[in-house]
Amino acid sequence: MSDPIPFPLPAITDDTRPFWDACRRRELRVQRCTSCGTLRHPPAPACWQCRGFAHEWIALSGLGTVFSHAVVHRAFLPELASHVPYTIVVVALDDAPGIRLVSNLVDGEARIGLPVEVVFEDVAPEVTVPRFRARRS
Amino acid sequence: MKDAAAIVGIAESEYTKWGKLERCTEYALALETIVKAVADAGLTMDDVDGFASFSNDRNEFCFVATDLGVPEVRYAGMTWIVGGGGACAAIADAAMAIATGMAKCVVVYRSIAMGQFRRFGRALAGDVQGVRPQDAALGFALPFGLFNATIGMALLVRRHMHLYGTTTEHLGHVAVTFRRHANRNPAAVMHDRPMTLADHAAAPRIVEPFGLFDCCLETDGANALVLVAPDRARDCRHRPVYVMAAAQGSGPRHGCGAWAMHYMPEEDYATGNTQRLARTLWETAGIDPGDVDCAQLYDHYSGMVLLQLEDFGFCRRGEGGPFAASGALAWPDGLIPTNTAGGSLSEAYIHGLNHVVEAVKQLRGTAVNQVANAEICAVASGSGIPTSALLLRR
Repeated sequence: MSDPIPFPLPAITDDTRPFWDACRRRELRVQRCTSCGTLRHPPAPACWQCRGFAHEWIALSGLGTVFSHAVVHRAFLPELASHVPYTIVVVALDDAPGIRLVSNLVDGEARIGLPVEVVFEDVAPEVTVPRFRARRS
Repeated sequence: MKDAAAIVGIAESEYTKWGKLERCTEYALALETIVKAVADAGLTMDDVDGFASFSNDRNEFCFVATDLGVPEVRYAGMTWIVGGGGACAAIADAAMAIATGMAKCVVVYRSIAMGQFRRFGRALAGDVQGVRPQDAALGFALPFGLFNATIGMALLVRRHMHLYGTTTEHLGHVAVTFRRHANRNPAAVMHDRPMTLADHAAAPRIVEPFGLFDCCLETDGANALVLVAPDRARDCRHRPVYVMAAAQGSGPRHGCGAWAMHYMPEEDYATGNTQRLARTLWETAGIDPGDVDCAQLYDHYSGMVLLQLEDFGFCRRGEGGPFAASGALAWPDGLIPTNTAGGSLSEAYIHGLNHVVEAVKQLRGTAVNQVANAEICAVASGSGIPTSALLLRR
């Protein structure tokens, strides 16, 4: 893969750090409430379904389908001028119903329903982000 | 709440393109416009005892009240409803303050000179402080280039296109209709700029499916409105316009809105997050969509108008595109003439407060594109985020 697009780095808090730590290990993990089993993302201290605070981080397959997409032609930051257009996708994850990730499609043409798989991109020494490409298998 | 307060004064500054307000500061423009609105009501600053605004208004009431010599402030409200979602909520706050007796005369105002500050369309990067819940949420948007409302709303509208067959030409009908309204409105920034569907289709892409003319203007300008109780309203200079119903809020798991978060229930995704507000409006007022004479909907992006039309029940879910293409939004003969002054797409971007001003003009009977005998107007603020809406009546 070529150099990463110079998007801003995520602000990582104690509530979100396990997600980003998992990405560094090339794992896609989301929170599961240990009281009621509801999955949630983005990470949050409490379960919106049962208000329980106890949770675990479960590993997902990284497979999903494109739920919506947008192609960004305008460089909203000066440093992106040579990186437009780029494609943003909202991905519905196969093994986490109701969970969606905002990400990028780095390979393939976006359409709703396109099967995709996660790829991990190291964007800084301490930060790896999940992006998606058209599924190859 | 129903009919407990009335809008009796309105004012608008000149509207200019972004950065063209050079004769004064944004703050001076706010003061000027407030003075005009109070005069329009036939009142004086000695009568004013409350202020309400939205979107963390940087022109704070304490300075406004000091510099305009308000003898005593008894109410100051800043709604928590996000950004441009807050215009109708600020009107509702003013109405609540009056209804509860906290204040007797409340001014709602907004002054935006983007040229003197950060442009809204710019990326949000750099605002992150690293500890607040919104920073954590932005951590799942900014690293992927989801930077602003344009991108967030494009994702919602793309899904709507997929589900219902909405086309970019449908979006064009919204933009062209509002432009025609603006072409008859001398105050509109786009007054002398006609636009055709072909112009709309040929415009540069900004964030697909949106081209340039699907995106609202960036302008400098200000609005102010004055509210009092009904008994006092009858003595003011103009016919009172009553706050018939008001609603604010958000659906489940919308977070701060689609400019950053996309985790709402699936059935909520291709909506404007205004369907629940609309239900509250109809229930409060005891009317239904067929009773509304005209609408001022939040047109930060053309496609979001379609979603609101459906949320409000002006057409059925999924039929917003063909509804707009049928001419339903057009003054004077459309089923529901919408954004009759040109809206944010073609009049000015005053964060949706100009939509409330236009609604009042329609109900006073003084609009440039006057809907004959308009009695009830629906107004919505920023869709796709936590937002607010009003029913106003004469």
